[in-house]
Amino acid sequence: MRFIVLVKATEDSEAGVMPSQQLLSDMGNFNEELVKAGVMLAGEGLHPSSKGVRIAFDGDERRVIDGPFAETKELVAGYWLWQVKSLDEAIEWAKRIPNPDGKGGGVVEIRQVFEADDFGEELTPELREQEERLRREAAANQ
Amino acid sequence: MPTIRPSSSNVNRTIEAVWRIESARLIAGLARLVRDIGLAEDLAQEALVAALEQWPESGVPDKPGAWLMGTAKHRAIDRLRRADVHERKTQELAREAEIGGQAENPDLDAEIDDPFDDDLLRLIFTTCHPVLSTDARVALTLRLLGGLTTKEIARSYLVSESTVAQRIVRAKRTLSAARVPFEVPERDELPDRLASVLEAIYLIFNEGYAATAGDDLIRPELIEESLRLGRILAELLPSEPEVHGLVALMELQASRSRARIGPSGEQVLLLDQDRSRWDWVLVSRGLAALERAQSTRRALGPYTLQAAIAACHARARVADDTDWERIVALYDALAQLTRSPVVELNRAVAVGMAYGPEAALELVDKLRSEPALSDYHLLPAVRGDLLEKLGRIDQARAEFERAAALAQNSRERAVLLDRIAECSPRNGG
Repeated sequence: MRFIVLVKATEDSEAGVMPSQQLLSDMGNFNEELVKAGVMLAGEGLHPSSKGVRIAFDGDERRVIDGPFAETKELVAGYWLWQVKSLDEAIEWAKRIPNPDGKGGGVVEIRQVFEADDFGEELTPELREQEERLRREAAANQ
Repeated sequence: MPTIRPSSSNVNRTIEAVWRIESARLIAGLARLVRDIGLAEDLAQEALVAALEQWPESGVPDKPGAWLMGTAKHRAIDRLRRADVHERKTQELAREAEIGGQAENPDLDAEIDDPFDDDLLRLIFTTCHPVLSTDARVALTLRLLGGLTTKEIARSYLVSESTVAQRIVRAKRTLSAARVPFEVPERDELPDRLASVLEAIYLIFNEGYAATAGDDLIRPELIEESLRLGRILAELLPSEPEVHGLVALMELQASRSRARIGPSGEQVLLLDQDRSRWDWVLVSRGLAALERAQSTRRALGPYTLQAAIAACHARARVADDTDWERIVALYDALAQLTRSPVVELNRAVAVGMAYGPEAALELVDKLRSEPALSDYHLLPAVRGDLLEKLGRIDQARAEFERAAALAQNSRERAVLLDRIAECSPRNGG
């Protein structure tokens, strides 16, 4: 099964403070461990929310809201996509992540990834076709 | 409301997860110490039992892997100090030294704390040693490298636990009897030894992807396990193109797992698959692995060629966009390399798609006398398909009937029975 591990933002990550050399090298080593163990499928760090936008939906209306956003601790600063055998295995790996905030209080959140089959009949052939187009375009841009 | 999980809860599940992460490196490190993978596994198991006894009381240690290794190492030293074992090992070490083996470091504590990568590689080459039958290689690899229990292996292969246990015991005995050293093979041996490893991993994948028996078409746990082993090996041997070729092939094939199964569990053939259901994370990983395999600029091996063929499908947005001429060219190269009639059969299918059913039928007819294909259900299945396209419906039906009688997987048989029905007169012939 697959899990997304969401690295929550910190005041530093939101301020665009680059991680220390120590943290970068610790993270590099940890990522190498994940790759060597055949666990890591993907992973990226994200720019602060000041460079991000939100799209708010209200019926047919769409509003574009520029960052930065408040509630720092609910924001995401990076993610991994892991392939493991169980949630427990994901937890064990996550405990080994170098503290994303260096010394202070970082948080990561582990969420199981839905497989397409989990949607069952809700995903009609037309919706699947649409999804297919998007995924192909995404793949073409790799 | 979120609640904080007490650290004492689910200790057994935590131990299971730690075992999954640590067991291969643990066994590999111990095997270098005691020069016997059977004994190494026993020691690792003893450490696991100690954890199951102690951690619920003491809590899970901060570095659980180091704890297990420390515990197992102490047991190893205890055992080696026991005269009988010690003597035997001393003799073995002396013999290895005589035949020019590496000088052994007598300081056991120092030795076992060395980096683990080489140990893991030694373990893979040992569990996949050509002296073992493929069944034995697969069982031992899943057990020692995958960290799977005998029960899990038995469930995946639809055999009894005692069968798997016996295979593993016999495999360990064979390795001891053949005095297989716990070493990475020398350069001149490497191609054959590596082929034996890749074969074992691909066999695990294939049993997951195209189950030979039973009612399920795929066994996801075996697909995931073989992918994991392949990915691990790719990091251990980054300059071996065929390792990346195998990984690419498995990632690309696995990307289609979901699309291969229809709503009622039936098999959906590649060209009929809903490509939106392909797993695009695996597709892009597969294409990246293929690039790694090709970037070494060495001659393309059989796994890389097969991956390149799979990549032609992966790159086609719809089935009609498939570059069949390139696929034929890749099959030409593969057929030259492998001299396999199964590859020839696949090549014929590609020729049919690129140049029409007539040309393909000619090739398939030549394969009918091939003894290796006499019980292979896909030969009559392919022939039936070509005959149907040529409008020779009665002959096509007879071939599908032969294929259905030979197919062992009930889901595959169901597809063939449908084809028979389509060729029946009341369906318009």
